[in-house]
Amino acid sequence: MRFTGSPHYVATEDLMLAVNAAITLQRPLLVKGEPGTGKTMLAVEVARALGLPLLEWHIKSTTKAQQGLYEYDAVSRLRDSQLGDPRVHDIHNYIVRGMLWQAFTSETPVVLLIDEVDKADIEFPNDLLRELDRMEFYVYETRELVRAKHRPIVFITSNNEKDLPDAFLRRCFFHYIRFPDRETMERIVGVHFPGLKKALLREALEVFFELREVPGLKKKPSTSELLDWLKLLVAEDIPPEALRAKDRKTLIPPLHGALLKNEQDVHLFERLVFMNRAKGA
Amino acid sequence: MLIDFFLTLKSHRLPVSIKEYLTLLEALERGVIGPSVEQFYYLARATLVKDESNYDKFDRAFSEFWQGVETIPGIEAEVPLEWLRKQAELVLTEEAKRRIAARGGWEALMETLKKRLAEQSRRHQGGSKWIGTAGTSPFGAWGYNPEGIRIGQERGRNRGAVKVWEAREYRNLDDSVELGTRNLKVALRRLRKFAREGAAEEFDLEGTIQSTAKRTWLDVQMRPERRNTIKVLMFMDIGGTMDEHVRVAEELFSAAKSEFKRLEFFYFHNCLYDFVWRDNRRRHSERTRTWDILHRYPQDYRVIFVGDATMSPYEILQPGGSVEYFNEEPGAVWLKRMTDTYPKCVWLNPEPEQVWGYRQSIGIIRELMKDRMYPTTVAGIEQAMKVLAK
Repeated sequence: MRFTGSPHYVATEDLMLAVNAAITLQRPLLVKGEPGTGKTMLAVEVARALGLPLLEWHIKSTTKAQQGLYEYDAVSRLRDSQLGDPRVHDIHNYIVRGMLWQAFTSETPVVLLIDEVDKADIEFPNDLLRELDRMEFYVYETRELVRAKHRPIVFITSNNEKDLPDAFLRRCFFHYIRFPDRETMERIVGVHFPGLKKALLREALEVFFELREVPGLKKKPSTSELLDWLKLLVAEDIPPEALRAKDRKTLIPPLHGALLKNEQDVHLFERLVFMNRAKGA
Repeated sequence: MLIDFFLTLKSHRLPVSIKEYLTLLEALERGVIGPSVEQFYYLARATLVKDESNYDKFDRAFSEFWQGVETIPGIEAEVPLEWLRKQAELVLTEEAKRRIAARGGWEALMETLKKRLAEQSRRHQGGSKWIGTAGTSPFGAWGYNPEGIRIGQERGRNRGAVKVWEAREYRNLDDSVELGTRNLKVALRRLRKFAREGAAEEFDLEGTIQSTAKRTWLDVQMRPERRNTIKVLMFMDIGGTMDEHVRVAEELFSAAKSEFKRLEFFYFHNCLYDFVWRDNRRRHSERTRTWDILHRYPQDYRVIFVGDATMSPYEILQPGGSVEYFNEEPGAVWLKRMTDTYPKCVWLNPEPEQVWGYRQSIGIIRELMKDRMYPTTVAGIEQAMKVLAK
């Protein structure tokens, strides 16, 4: 099994290598990067390219590691005991399997995505060490050991909101998705908008990369914002000329709300443009 | 040879472990990469470096190591032909293999390579002369050659052969800051007092069983979730001499913010007087009176001051000593009111502990705080939290 990118996803060489290393050695791959650079999409596309089912486990601040393994549904067992349901005698009926369990017991290898691991409590990664390392865990209620039939291909994404513990990091491969350079960006846009006019693309990328250079932005626009913006430009049928100005610094690009998501950033940007206009006048 | 590589990384203070090194060896053994220095670079980075802020350090270490290797004479003799062939076959396309056959097969190629290596006395830069430009050239596949040759790419690249690690693209991610928020958070965790309060949302298994047994009908019991009920007031010195401690202060602030659910945060300048403020940009327009704080927040709040306590003693002891305005009452009075109202109170000082003895103002504040001043090291914060948790 080797991943070589997909028709919908442009993977750089170092990313492909990290993915393939993780697949070959059956270790988790930790992916970090600016928001909107395709961390989550990576797992989706790898699953699609390799033809494997994808299991997604989205982490929230209240998620506990145990929920990924299994949960014991004591309430319904209690209710069944009151109603005299024969199911009550078998505890297995009340063990609800979590994502990791499903991934471990699947008949085919699967791709498992643990999304935004940094959202959870600070101890969360530590609670999954053995599970991810040995790919097995113990169910106390039924006294059985669940071991992976096929070690799943695990992708873990993080937005860097919390530092992850060293012991956890040591068990993973790591890849930082760098913000794509111009060339890669053109390929990415080409994958999403195959019919886009060259002139529009050129002007749009020009505006986009210049906007990223504006100092002091709280949230720089990223790939996903660029794609949204292009979609709007195409839908509104904006001509490439609208993006061109004699001096680009004095231009407020149309529909810039799709690129700048933060009120302060919009203000900052508009102020800069007006200052430049005043200077020019 | 790779042990040296590992040690080079260690000497550049990269946090690499033996487990990760073994993973790298395993990956090499399993043939994850072809015989390419660049691929080796990517693999080593994915295996050994776990934080993008260390990428730059890694690039530097890698190029240092690689230059060292390049000067080792006679290394070409150590490349076993069998190994090369096996590895190269993994990356070469069918077309490339046919071309190799057309040039007289592997042995002939090997001969040519040896000859060229012998002819060559200087280090290649870019390698276009010896290696040929197109990535599919058979010579491109001889990437094990430690002269920095680019190898077997499927698509011809027209960009120059600047080595990836020499480009140092991650330079600005390495702010040479050892991020310490995790350690700080773990230290702050000592300050915990769990209690169940609030809405009953959690299912109480034991309570339900007990109550059901007692009443003979199913009586579901709920209870509030267990939460950290600690409440914290934090005052942070800002501006002036604190500027050099901005990083520590920021880290401490962000750690505290995520660790304590109930955190009230205020700024002051040098010493506590009549006013504090929540937002430093609006420090003159939106102030909070210190009296209001004393009245509003009950005694069970824990108070943490963060400041270097470095100022003129007048600023603490004299009315009108503040550098910003005329204060009616000296800072010492305000600090005393704080410590009287809130018995659980500490001062964290980012200045190193050794210099405390030389600054009069630190001594005064320390006395006012009844000796509860701690450095902003992990150990210091742990101690402070122990005092607060009592």
